[in-house]
Amino acid sequence: MAEILIGFAAGILLLVLLSLARVVVGPTVADRMMGAQLAGTGGIAMLMLLAGATDRPAVLDVALVLALLAAFAVVGFAKATSPDGAGDPEESDPP
Amino acid sequence: MTVFDILTLACAALGMVFFAAGTVGLLRFPDVHSRLHALTKADNLGLGLIALGLIFQAEGIATALKLLLVWLLAIFAAATASQLIARAALTGLDDDTPADPRP
Repeated sequence: MAEILIGFAAGILLLVLLSLARVVVGPTVADRMMGAQLAGTGGIAMLMLLAGATDRPAVLDVALVLALLAAFAVVGFAKATSPDGAGDPEESDPP
Repeated sequence: MTVFDILTLACAALGMVFFAAGTVGLLRFPDVHSRLHALTKADNLGLGLIALGLIFQAEGIATALKLLLVWLLAIFAAATASQLIARAALTGLDDDTPADPRP
């Protein structure tokens, strides 16, 4: 059972690799951010699978922290791309 | 292989399918917003089904609830993230190609 879960984790690692290809290729900044977010989610999924496979509940806490940090990465992106750095989505309404 | 193991494998495999679909969608779709659409599928459903599969494996109720918590946190993060990314792409703030060229 544990081996199968670790096999799933390896599969997700491959998918994370593909999502990083989007980070490299991505024409726009938003594409790169999406690739990074998918890599984060893949990391969370892998940690969950490994926590289940190796019976170590502590690894699940690592997944929890990674889920939190993945959210803040996108907030950083929103602030970086907004003109005055405030990151207020409504500030520059599209024409 | 108890019933729980079979359920775990089924849910985790289905979660993997959604994950793969989201990743392929992220790579293949032509437009920023359609990629975002594919990405959130992988985020929510892929992660959710994997978490559901692992809940069957969890010994105590605490581990099961923590798995659910991780999934909920990932969903809320993905929801807000998608809004922010879509807004950033829509207003064309990124340098390279505009998301959808306005007439």
